[in-house]
Amino acid sequence: MEYRQTRLLMQFFIASEALFFVALIVAYVYFRNLTDDWAESAKYLDIRRTGIFTIFLFSSSGTITVANWALRKQKRGVLVGALVVTIVFGAIFLAGQATEYYMLYERGVKISMNIFGSAFFTLTGFHGFHVFVGLIILSVFLTLVLLGSFKGNGPFSAFLATEWYWHFVDAVWVFVFFFVYLRPLL
Amino acid sequence: MKPDRADVPEPGVPLPSLRSTYGLVQWLSSTDHKQLGIMYLWTGLFFFLVGGLEAMLMRLQLAWPELNLLGPEAYNQLFTMHGTTMVFLVLMPTLIGLATYFLPLMIGANEMAFPRLNAMSLWVTILGGFLLNFSFLAGGAPDAGWFSYAPLSEQNYSFSNGLDYYSIGLIVTGIGSIGAALNFVVTTVTMRVKGMGLGRLPLFVWMVFINSFLILAAFPLLNAGLFMLLIDRQLGAHFFLPSSGGSALLWQHFFWAFGHPEVYILALPGFGIISEVIPVFSRKKIYGYGTLAGSTVFIALLSFGVWAHHMFAAGLGNPVNTFFAAGSMLIGIPTGIKIVNWIATMWGGAVYFSTSMLFALAFIVDFTLGGLSGVAFAIVPIDWRVTDTYFVVAHIHYVFLGGTLFTIFAGIYYWFPKISGRMLSERLGKWHFWLFLLGFNMTFLFQHLLGMMGMPRRVYTYPDLPWYGILNFISTVGAAMMGVAMLIFIWNIFHSLRKGVKADKNPWGAWTLEWHASSPPSLKNFGELSPVRTERALLDWEEDKKN
Ligand code: HEM
Ligand SMILES: [Cu+2]
Repeated sequence: MEYRQTRLLMQFFIASEALFFVALIVAYVYFRNLTDDWAESAKYLDIRRTGIFTIFLFSSSGTITVANWALRKQKRGVLVGALVVTIVFGAIFLAGQATEYYMLYERGVKISMNIFGSAFFTLTGFHGFHVFVGLIILSVFLTLVLLGSFKGNGPFSAFLATEWYWHFVDAVWVFVFFFVYLRPLL
Repeated sequence: MKPDRADVPEPGVPLPSLRSTYGLVQWLSSTDHKQLGIMYLWTGLFFFLVGGLEAMLMRLQLAWPELNLLGPEAYNQLFTMHGTTMVFLVLMPTLIGLATYFLPLMIGANEMAFPRLNAMSLWVTILGGFLLNFSFLAGGAPDAGWFSYAPLSEQNYSFSNGLDYYSIGLIVTGIGSIGAALNFVVTTVTMRVKGMGLGRLPLFVWMVFINSFLILAAFPLLNAGLFMLLIDRQLGAHFFLPSSGGSALLWQHFFWAFGHPEVYILALPGFGIISEVIPVFSRKKIYGYGTLAGSTVFIALLSFGVWAHHMFAAGLGNPVNTFFAAGSMLIGIPTGIKIVNWIATMWGGAVYFSTSMLFALAFIVDFTLGGLSGVAFAIVPIDWRVTDTYFVVAHIHYVFLGGTLFTIFAGIYYWFPKISGRMLSERLGKWHFWLFLLGFNMTFLFQHLLGMMGMPRRVYTYPDLPWYGILNFISTVGAAMMGVAMLIFIWNIFHSLRKGVKADKNPWGAWTLEWHASSPPSLKNFGELSPVRTERALLDWEEDKKN
């Protein structure tokens, strides 16, 4: 029962979060079509570089699945390994975003520059914030595992919830990446 | 004998009181859905006094033409804070509070699915409320209306930090509402007593359940908009600033894509309360359970498709206006169905005019009036004529007070015995009812006329045109009567908590499960419950006993 409840809670929570991102993406697309700041500004974006970091983020969706499998099969070593890799991949993605922000900032692309800056930093920033929160939760998990609170029996719902959340954050990035980086090239 | 933990909350101590075993600390740290529900209700009452005071000040300022008691700045802050408070800190917490208290009881559960999330939702709501009101001390309250239209809400038109507090405060209370909605959904799906299929839910639970989906879908939209507004104001972004590439219309879209569903978020649980109260006091089964439940789903879906009827005057163009006008008219159908069902329930019943029932009847009449003015608004040319006049003010209040607030009163008179173990005084209740009803209609009925005569809303004073002075004066007198009625109500609550007639388990002879628990319920609501067979479980069990 508890398992079923956490699962439902997480499903509706994620649906609700998804609508939050829908709103941000709508704003982004709306302004894209409304103004012509973009043609000029979008050229600052380095799709190849971001693409590489994107691969790290998407891979971490795979490694967290491995972690969940290891938890169910009670393979402690695999679990620690998969968790560490997931956290590192997530962190690499965030670091990539941070350096991207820095490079844009150097060229004067700021949240206050124009509507492109506003929409770009808000959308990607909220996504990055969600990745960050996920990293914290995963680190807590890793610590618990290392400290020996590793029960592994039954469907460990807190971990499953985290896994879903992580997949969700990745899925949001699919859309962000498409609308922000790919669309201008199409 | 020293009471052990299981006795908390103690019978007869419904107030946060030092007399309970662990005193106030027990309340502050509680995760019991009943205590949390009670604290929600106190929160609502507290902010009702704050918002009511703000309303009284406004009505005082408007009592006569060309008065200058408050001045324009103060008036702007008052009408903004009044509307915001009433919607987000009074109606929302009170409805959520009633649901927090009664939803588990009505489905035969002992708790909510996530007690600690439940506590978080309450405290986050309260925190948001205090943040919002803290703005008064921090240099000035928000002053751009409860909908904070851009660019009026942007830094270059609203200099104080009021709107920053508005954004943060509403984001925080919004998170509380989302938490509560998540809890309601999961609790309803997973914790019903055996035999209670979704088709046998008490209607209040049913409507709170549907409503939770509305909350989950609508509040993220508001939060996204509020974050953008905050980022505009604090970090110099341009989302809603037309002068630098942004769009003020986008704010209106976000706000009303949330805001229109929100008015149904405030209406649906009220419909639920009415659907519990009317059958009990008519001694009849609710007429058309299926249509009542089904029309709720229909309303919920439609409510997301009509937001732009708040923007007819914004220049979206005729095709858009026509589409949204037609959509808005459709909502009249399921709502009309509900009204027919309620009336049909009373038809031929043995109607008992308790205070609760009186409020239910007043609800039907006044809410219908509010609905009619709403339909009038949905006719675009009429809207163009009366938008942003007192016609709007009259409309909102007919639906919010004549609608939701009356249902809340009906619910409080109905459920008070369960919550406190004592009855509210019917004599004081009738005084409350008649004074409030009269005052309410005096205050707002004539505002329809003022609106048609062209008196704009959100003005702190007005010239001495024919009829303006006298109509506004009547309005102010009516408001004062509502104020007196509220004092009677509050006195009734405090008095009855101490000295009220003791209530037994089921003083109204109702049929839903909450009346099976003791009054007030013990910490664990029920012992073993046998499976239910219909939506009138108590009646079945009684019959079983007879046979
Ligand atoms: C004692 C009873 C009340 C009185 C006398 C009163 C009076 C007023 C006044 C004078 C305004 C300003 C209209 C304007 O200038 O545009 C207003 C606005 C409003 N009121 Fe009330 N009010 C009362 C109770 C309530 C309650 C219980 C609610 C609950 C929802 C409510 C919701 C609103 C809303 C949403 C607005 C719109 C604010 C705006 O347009 O900016 N009022 N009210
Ligand atoms: Cu509307």
